[in-house]
Amino acid sequence: MPVVHMASIVPISQSVGANRIIPTVAIPYPLGNPTLSPAEEKKLRRGLVEKALKALGADVTEQTVF
Amino acid sequence: MAYRVIHYINQFFGGVGGEEMADHKPEVRVGQAGPAMALHAALKGEAEVVATIVCGDNYCVANQKEVAALVATTVKKYKADALVAGPAFNAGRYGMACGTVCAAIGEACGIPTVTAMFPENPGVELYKAGTYIIPAADSARGMGQAIPAMAALLLKLLRKEALQSPEAEGYIERGVRVNMFYEKPGAERAVDMLLLKLAGKPFTTEYKMPVFDRVTPRPGITNMAGATIALVTSGGIVPKGNPDHIAASSARSYGEYDIAGVNDLTDTTYQTAHGGYDQTFANQDADRVLPVDVLRDLEREKKIGKLHHLFYSTVGNGTAVASAKKWGEEIGQKLKEANVQAVILTST
Amino acid sequence: MKLELHKAPVRSLRFGPQTTLENDVLVINQQELQALLLEDPRLAAVTVDLAHPGESIRIMPVKDAVEPRCKLSGGNEVFPGFIGGVETVGQGATFVLEGATVLTTGRLVAPQEGIVDMSGPGAAYTPFSSTCNIVLGLTPREDVTLHEAEATCRMVGLKAAHYLACRCKAAKAARVEHYAFPPLAEAMAAHPGLPKVAYIYMLQSQGLLHDTWVYGVDAKKTLPTLISPTEIMDGAVISGNCVSACDKNNTYVHQNNPIIKALYARHGKEINFVGVILTNENVTLADKQRSSSYAVKLASMLGVTAAVISEEGFGNPDADLVLNCVKAESAGIKTVLVTDEYAGANGASQSLADSCPEGTAVVTAGNANATIVLPPMAKVLGDPAQADVIAGGFFGSLRADGSMEVELQAILGATNELGFNKIGAYTI
Repeated sequence: MPVVHMASIVPISQSVGANRIIPTVAIPYPLGNPTLSPAEEKKLRRGLVEKALKALGADVTEQTVF
Repeated sequence: MAYRVIHYINQFFGGVGGEEMADHKPEVRVGQAGPAMALHAALKGEAEVVATIVCGDNYCVANQKEVAALVATTVKKYKADALVAGPAFNAGRYGMACGTVCAAIGEACGIPTVTAMFPENPGVELYKAGTYIIPAADSARGMGQAIPAMAALLLKLLRKEALQSPEAEGYIERGVRVNMFYEKPGAERAVDMLLLKLAGKPFTTEYKMPVFDRVTPRPGITNMAGATIALVTSGGIVPKGNPDHIAASSARSYGEYDIAGVNDLTDTTYQTAHGGYDQTFANQDADRVLPVDVLRDLEREKKIGKLHHLFYSTVGNGTAVASAKKWGEEIGQKLKEANVQAVILTST
Repeated sequence: MKLELHKAPVRSLRFGPQTTLENDVLVINQQELQALLLEDPRLAAVTVDLAHPGESIRIMPVKDAVEPRCKLSGGNEVFPGFIGGVETVGQGATFVLEGATVLTTGRLVAPQEGIVDMSGPGAAYTPFSSTCNIVLGLTPREDVTLHEAEATCRMVGLKAAHYLACRCKAAKAARVEHYAFPPLAEAMAAHPGLPKVAYIYMLQSQGLLHDTWVYGVDAKKTLPTLISPTEIMDGAVISGNCVSACDKNNTYVHQNNPIIKALYARHGKEINFVGVILTNENVTLADKQRSSSYAVKLASMLGVTAAVISEEGFGNPDADLVLNCVKAESAGIKTVLVTDEYAGANGASQSLADSCPEGTAVVTAGNANATIVLPPMAKVLGDPAQADVIAGGFFGSLRADGSMEVELQAILGATNELGFNKIGAYTI
């Protein structure tokens, strides 16, 4: 089954061999941003998760950063 | 008093028979049989082979746990100080058998184990981390060289002598890192190394940079609206109170948690166990690491089939890659059995 | 810039009516020190204990270690931005109580503080088993937030260290060390024929409990910058870091940075040591890319042909280390990296989270996952129950008899990545 890796430090994700990579916000809050309002933050998170779903739907032949 | 050694060999070297006897069940013979006689002699009275275990290769490979348990019992019964297996030369299943028995006994009994095989035997790659493997020829013609080398290394291990580098000691590098105290502090070693590198002179790095595993990408999901998606994280998200006591660093376990009916992770229900980053933000809202809220919305909107009712979590902070690999395989198996089609893995 | 370190040895500690240095014995007026520290309204209580090398004492959890220092001349005061003002330090003369260390401890900012054993097998792994330690047990007021509690404890350690040195500074130093850091124009022309070498000094800057301060500025908000090694000796870099005790750079090891010392030892003979570049280890990729490029650019501007690069911490900072290495090597700067390893308790895992083929010269400070059993001690200063939640001390590590099984990770300074210790690792 395909796996998408959502991580902030893309070079590590590449080094360890993830095939589908979504760059995220920051280490303590990959899928959030505490400086935003709760509604804006959720919108940001939704955008990232939608991107992850797109990556899961895509065929890739090598390590790909979406 | 001489050290006591158990020698594991296969059906062929035990004189039971060839391929047709590869299902031979393990038997314990008092004293030395087959190559154990040569080993016994090579130990020159400092150690003695007190028992020989003879087992069919197919039987051992198919019943690894059972055979390892029998060897462990025998080690205890004979109060053995060490285990030797093989040499397996280039016999693939024999190499596997020697490797698995040595690695299991080393771990379970805490005694030194030594085997020998051809460097390209598949048992080398699989078990070199778990035991000492002497490089041997590809056939039994190499017996005469392998046995004295095995005996020499075994005696060093039994005497608890500090080992030099694998090249100096003549065994296949295990890839295991062992701490030691150098003559000089690290800072001085660094400047010494820098001067050699600057002068274009040879120098020895204290650590060779790792090379990581690669897996072939799996095909994409064609029907996302019908797919079950699972969440896995190394960001340490756990139910409030960390019921499985996942450690803040160097995790020794992962957790499996049911999120059936959970639509949002809140500061009163979930937290992070991770000690490697500022926990404030994940503790306020764990969705920032594990996006349950958004996936529930997408599930409701039928953008995905459903969110798997279990999520898996560990702490990726100083956690051994070997542990992570093992848990990854276990989690993958569980998700496969639960008919999950795709995984979102989040890391901090 | 020229700095003299006036070092007065401390061989023993005791309490007495007046804080002073008498025949290498640091006498401490306990009440005066406590009263001084309690001036901070955020503190509810302070205890002061003494621990000497060889005693059956376990100190845990330790937050920071600070060497007592104060200025004798040259302007400003040590620890600029905290004790001293923000003006430049690193010039004139500084008084050092060598052999004494202030350790801040107590139930502070769990789960990540370290262990110091003054005797037994654990003592071999921490630099602070061989110093005479003034152990401050700190209890912040209950209404003080976590951020504030960390700041309070950080400040109290610096204050105590400065107080002790100030009270003793009339004592005669046993030896005076001289360090000079000339203006760049001079440095560039000096020692023709010797290779120019820089030190790229990585600082943890990951957020609360993982921070470092430079002249009072949070390092995560800085661009890489040049600094004189003499400023480091005057406490320009302060630890606010509570990440795994083994490889966080506490304030003491910043003050006594052994890489700076080793580079000075070869300066003018085999190399021309022309600069220290401070850089950070932030939590976003853009920051990591920016800082590594900027640090290497500064090294290129200095025209160096080689650099030592030291990491602080592990995990994602391995990515910063690798970025610094790759960018420096591709700019023609030969590198040696100083790091430590997380190879698992059995040593069989990959040691770093990131990797690069350019990293051909690596010095390791050992495998932090290796475990050790620490026998019970007659006296425990701090809070032993913290062992269960300390990084590296997994649950159940505190045994009924008072002994503990922990990873080296839990021991303060055990795998210090400034190469403070002799420990390393090899492959079997």
